[in-house]
Amino acid sequence: MDAIILQLLNGLDKGGAYALIALGLTLVFGTLGVVNFAHGALFMLGAFCAVSIQSLLTISKQVKDESITFFDAYKEQPYLEIWWGDTGTAIIDWAVPLSIFLAIPIMLLIGVAMERGLIRHFYKRPHAEQILVTFGLAIVIQEIVKSFFGANPIPTPSPEIVAGSANIGLLLGLGESVVYPWWRLVYLLFSGIVIFAVFAFLQFTTFGMVVRAGMQDRETVGLLGINVERRFTVVFGIAAVVAGLAGVMYAPILPPDYHMGMDFLVLSFVVVVVGGMGSLGGAVSAGFLLGILQSFASMTEVKSIIPGIDQIIIYLVAVVILLTRPRGLMGRKGVMED
Amino acid sequence: MSIPAIRNDWAVMAIFTVAVLTAPLWLAPIGANYPDLLQKFAIFGIFAIGFNILFGLTGYLSFGHAVFLGVGSYTAVWSFKLLTMNVLPAVVFGTLMGGVFAVLIGYVSLRRSGIYFSILTLAFAQMSYNLAYSVLTPITNGETGLQITMNDARILDGPVGDGLPSTTLFGLEMSGYSGFYFCATMLIIAFFISLRIFRSPFGLKLKAIKSNQTRMKYTGFNTRPYLLVAFVISGMFAGLAGSLMAITDPLAGAERMQWTASGEVVLMTILGGTGTLIGPLLGVGIIKYFENIFSALNEAGLHEFFAFMPDWLENIVVAVSSEFVGEGWHLTLGVLFMLVVIFLPGGVMEGIRRTTAVVRNLSKGPEKKAAESVGKE
Repeated sequence: MDAIILQLLNGLDKGGAYALIALGLTLVFGTLGVVNFAHGALFMLGAFCAVSIQSLLTISKQVKDESITFFDAYKEQPYLEIWWGDTGTAIIDWAVPLSIFLAIPIMLLIGVAMERGLIRHFYKRPHAEQILVTFGLAIVIQEIVKSFFGANPIPTPSPEIVAGSANIGLLLGLGESVVYPWWRLVYLLFSGIVIFAVFAFLQFTTFGMVVRAGMQDRETVGLLGINVERRFTVVFGIAAVVAGLAGVMYAPILPPDYHMGMDFLVLSFVVVVVGGMGSLGGAVSAGFLLGILQSFASMTEVKSIIPGIDQIIIYLVAVVILLTRPRGLMGRKGVMED
Repeated sequence: MSIPAIRNDWAVMAIFTVAVLTAPLWLAPIGANYPDLLQKFAIFGIFAIGFNILFGLTGYLSFGHAVFLGVGSYTAVWSFKLLTMNVLPAVVFGTLMGGVFAVLIGYVSLRRSGIYFSILTLAFAQMSYNLAYSVLTPITNGETGLQITMNDARILDGPVGDGLPSTTLFGLEMSGYSGFYFCATMLIIAFFISLRIFRSPFGLKLKAIKSNQTRMKYTGFNTRPYLLVAFVISGMFAGLAGSLMAITDPLAGAERMQWTASGEVVLMTILGGTGTLIGPLLGVGIIKYFENIFSALNEAGLHEFFAFMPDWLENIVVAVSSEFVGEGWHLTLGVLFMLVVIFLPGGVMEGIRRTTAVVRNLSKGPEKKAAESVGKE
């Protein structure tokens, strides 16, 4: 029972990341009709936002180490600590959550630039070419990040206060053996909030209404005298921000390296396909569903029955779904049918 | 037709054969005439030709073609381990195994088209890659990669003497130029098959599927068997290429199946020109040649190359361009990929066609043009 609850949490966590990436992916699909293979790169850029903020905050200068007295020893001390003492230390400690605020404008900017500069010219071109050009873009982004940050994963710790593990067992009255890292719980909450915010935005604002109408029938919306193109730019920006935020918060869970985007991209595509192209609810539910399935498949009990199932479960599910329900779980008729 | 097309297939084949067999001679001036690189040209040439039969003719973009490459490699190495170091069984089994996998994957994937097809093939590729790394370790030897050892069975060869045996063709060692000529022969055969397919009614049907599948279906034509055949043929080509890789270097690793490897063959085909006969080969040549040069370059080499510039400019140019060479070769590849897709979706062949058209227009005198337009009226 304990193991099952733990795996459920693990799955929800992974599912949160999948859902966030898939949400942006399907938003872009549904409105712009563009297959964006560079979406994983946006997730990765988000994670590297956190990395760069952290290294910016910890720019250090060499000072004399007072604790060693018998010879002149030097240590690195961040400027923030020198200037502001404990406040500085606290700011450094909270680097990852703080980077959220910076990541939003940065990712928005990147998203808008990408849409204006490249994606816009590919609306009318075949899907194969969209896939190829964004695939190329993903490689370029990935290699640039690699040349700046190196090929190794960069550890990005979460704040001290949520570094430990939560004793969920006690909270739920299940015994003491069920412990789970705090940060992962935070991530789960965070992804829930972001997903909720995106849905609320689409549901309750005029802008969101136009976007939803655009997902139904782009042409008619354009004919009604609404500037669809500008809306699309914003939609792409939002998708980029969502992917970026998912990346920022994921940095303490998985130390970012340059190819994390690609790894997540393939999975997110599968998530989108399983959920149904252009269906936001489908993307979110499929994200969580696949995340949970993957966690359960990696339990040793399951693995001893079917070896290797944890590696392929997601793809297997995708194949079965595509063959039995070609439009995915919640796909609508007429969206990306060919 | 703007390019003087050679109508006679046998003439095409003759020219192609001579060109491939004399490649060590005419590639000498650009320093690409050593066997390792030539083998790579031939092997990836086969891979790309095969991919082009699927993507170029039917328009189905597979993102998992590297699976067949990997399967071919593994099968070939197993043939070396169990049967004999002779390369013929390895090639035959590798090709067949590529075909078997293509039947399985194609049967499922081809039920969907467009983007779904791409994602399905991608899913299969990732699945195979993950399996090769984890559960299938007894067959694939996981991360280390599958290689031949001293105490393999090799039931046809009998016990070996000292040292690891090398791959042979009835006693002829498959290293250096003999290895290249073996690969070249395979390339010529592959090209011949591809040429026949392009010119056949079957090829025409595939092209029709690309241009309008719905209409094909409405005329009462079941497209799926044709697509499956095309998919299997291109999978067998990839299997052949994979087994040739194992022949030139008897080692097979799972990274050959990664989807970036599938992406590479897509790039080569696009760069050369999809749907053209010779385009994919051009793409392979360009990419493999520049990969070779660029990944060997370093900053010192760049300084030498740009030495003619004033110092300050030289430093800037070197600083920028050093990002693109050596380790940064993939960056160049990505940029190239984007530029080609954006500006020249038809690839190099399209570029050649356009240039010849422009040149022709220029060389035609104004009077001639006027005369032509009068003639039209």
